[in-house]
Amino acid sequence: MTKATEVSDMKVIVFQLMNKEYAIGLDVVESIEKSLSITRVPRMPSYVKGVLNLRGVVTPVVDLRERFDMEYKEFDETSCIIIVSHAGSEVGLIVDDANDVMDVPTSAIGPQPEVVGSVESEFISGVAKVGKRLLVMLNLEKVLQPIKKGNSDEF
Amino acid sequence: MDVSQYLDMFIEESKEHLQACSEQLLALENNPDDLAIVNEVFRAAHTLKGMSATMGYEDIANLTHKMENVLDAIRNSKIRVTTEILDVVFEAVDDLELMVQDIESGGDGKKDVSKLVDTLNRIEAGQPLDLTTEPAATTEEATTEVVTTTGIHYDEFELTVISQSAEQGFNALEITVTLRDDCLLKVARVFMTFEILEKSGEVIKTIPTVEQLENEDFDQKFTIVLLTQEDAEDLKAKVLKVSEIEDVHITHITDEYVRKYKQALLNESDIDTEPEVIDTTITPMVQDMITKEAPKEAIKTKKTASSNSNKTIRVNIDRLDILMNLFEELVIDRGRLQSIASELHNPELNESVERMTRVSGDLQNIILNMRMVPVETVFNRFPKMVRQLARDLNKKIDLEIIGAETELDRTVIDEIGDPLVHLIRNALDHGIETPEERIANGKPEIGTVTLRAYHSGNHVFIELEDDGAGVNRERVVGKAIERGIVSPEAADSLTNKQVAELILASGFSTAASITDVSGRGVGLDVVKNTIESLGGHISIDSTEGKGSLFQVQLPLTLSIISVMLVELDEEVYAIPLSSIIETAIIQKADILNAHNQPVIDFRGTIVPLVDLKDIFEMKNRSNEEDEFQSIVIVRKGENLAGLVVDSFIGQQEIVLKSLGEYLQSVFAISGATILGNGQVALIVDCNALIK
Repeated sequence: MTKATEVSDMKVIVFQLMNKEYAIGLDVVESIEKSLSITRVPRMPSYVKGVLNLRGVVTPVVDLRERFDMEYKEFDETSCIIIVSHAGSEVGLIVDDANDVMDVPTSAIGPQPEVVGSVESEFISGVAKVGKRLLVMLNLEKVLQPIKKGNSDEF
Repeated sequence: MDVSQYLDMFIEESKEHLQACSEQLLALENNPDDLAIVNEVFRAAHTLKGMSATMGYEDIANLTHKMENVLDAIRNSKIRVTTEILDVVFEAVDDLELMVQDIESGGDGKKDVSKLVDTLNRIEAGQPLDLTTEPAATTEEATTEVVTTTGIHYDEFELTVISQSAEQGFNALEITVTLRDDCLLKVARVFMTFEILEKSGEVIKTIPTVEQLENEDFDQKFTIVLLTQEDAEDLKAKVLKVSEIEDVHITHITDEYVRKYKQALLNESDIDTEPEVIDTTITPMVQDMITKEAPKEAIKTKKTASSNSNKTIRVNIDRLDILMNLFEELVIDRGRLQSIASELHNPELNESVERMTRVSGDLQNIILNMRMVPVETVFNRFPKMVRQLARDLNKKIDLEIIGAETELDRTVIDEIGDPLVHLIRNALDHGIETPEERIANGKPEIGTVTLRAYHSGNHVFIELEDDGAGVNRERVVGKAIERGIVSPEAADSLTNKQVAELILASGFSTAASITDVSGRGVGLDVVKNTIESLGGHISIDSTEGKGSLFQVQLPLTLSIISVMLVELDEEVYAIPLSSIIETAIIQKADILNAHNQPVIDFRGTIVPLVDLKDIFEMKNRSNEEDEFQSIVIVRKGENLAGLVVDSFIGQQEIVLKSLGEYLQSVFAISGATILGNGQVALIVDCNALIK
């Protein structure tokens, strides 16, 4: 473990989606789960995969690829579910791979360049350049806007 | 003294005492001459005063003290009970309730009560209202002081604090400290003495006053009255450690003293007032009663408290919630074990799983029972509310409460209060007529509203019945047509019951004019929604000119329910048993079509079929050619529907879980549960499926 030398360092979990690297703060991550059986919830936007039983708590699961309008991919052996705690409850995010925890100096986080890729800019809070790696910082607030009656067809 | 650990207890007990006050005051209004009731109120107020003073809530203590003076004047027959006086006393109780609520929500319980205190003072002095007594004696009474052997004056207030704390095992000590003649920094020594004493107890009085001490406005001596559990000798030794102190003298204020002084105080005031009391024949009796009563007071309150604690124990509701959550886990694991056992067919395993099922079933009953609260906790705020509303509306109304001991789970109790308030307001405002109208219609002048609660099966029923005007069919139908809730053609065929229930539709208000009481833009539809969100149901029966009956049906508990598990394309859904009438297997050929809506003839009733696979957007329609169809007949109120499913799995007790903040409202799904195999199953919300 690298020791945080600066107060302004931010610990993040790095995960993959379509060969790009994304990051979310470690402070909101509860756990990373490998395949758990998901129960479909009817009449939900397609990116809501359903709910799963996370040690007795019914937890909704969102497929980030579909949330970002990316190409669909089956859940495979590298896929995993990152459980984040958001607004007092837990939500699972399906990602292609999650394998890295690292420190990102807050000074390295900048506003995102105009064209970053296929992900809509509203889901992104910034971009961090660490060495040669470019990490896209996720804006959980936007990604996990509650699903209510009426806004379920926002896409 | 750190009192924060007693805060919860203080809040609970204060509420109880205030409730007792309200109840007894209502009783007093009906029997203004019953002095036993006054004594009850007095006792409750008195205890509250002592408690709040000990806890440091001075505004509460102050207001109760004034209220007590008025009550005292009543029981000494100095003033007579009138509605006007009771109004003010009720207002005081209301304010006290607000203050206690403030403390409960983390506030400091402070409130500007000076106006009310003034009014109470004036009542006590017999000034503003046309009372028969002279003010002189009573005002003096409050300030009457007693002198102890050591020459310290105590007012009644301080005595109460002393006797209250004695009940809790605190001694009251008079500590007289004499400083040396050559003492240079007197204030510093006083400060050091205080610091020592405040560590061991609470200082309730000083002679001279704190300001005087701070200004060095005293000779060599000062006295501190301390409430403590520490030994007098120890304290003396501690205080003597402060340098420049000549001597420390400690006197114990015994219970005996306090009682004697209190009695003296009461006697004194009695003697004072005797010439002015009008009804002299009553006075000796009253006086006799009071002198007997007063010394016993402290003991009596203690007695009632201890007899309660023998039978019950106060448990923090959070702990019960944790217990409930743990038990829910157990219920889920029990389900899991049952399904494993049924696959393995091992007789020994089966036997132990069965035993475990039985034991946990019993345990479930006990835990649920522990969470049961009498509906009284909700009902008991209504008498006062009805009294006030009746006065506001200029109506005469009797509220009758039946079955207040009926128990409900706390989760339901918490939610049911507001809907009931709404229904009662509605009944008073729209139901009961004015006295003139009632007399003109040949009814008794006083309207009766009955609030009734009872158990039946797995449900609790709460009914609100009034003998008012009932629902006016013409007006309701007219309004419903105007609002587009029913078509004019359909309106004719509605039964009276259906018409009455129209007032539950959203955006419906029959009030001809908007009054202060109801018509605040919130209709009965909110009540209906709240009740249905609890898994309950409301219905109305009304006869024009005779009155109305609102019936609310509620489940006993919300967290564990019985369901029927059904399968739809390998997905498992749970349908609450409370909605199910029965299950049936019908032939495809029996399905009829009415306006493109498949229906079946279910024992003479045409029941529409709801295809759950359509509702739940399932793609796979494999068994189309199957000749038979499994159907679950569910109901919402009077309306039925048949839910088409693939197969029935069976009946099971499940633990209700929410879908969380993220998925806030899913159509036709009311929640989720975890099955024996660890999978999540969704619970079908039948109410959403039936119009």
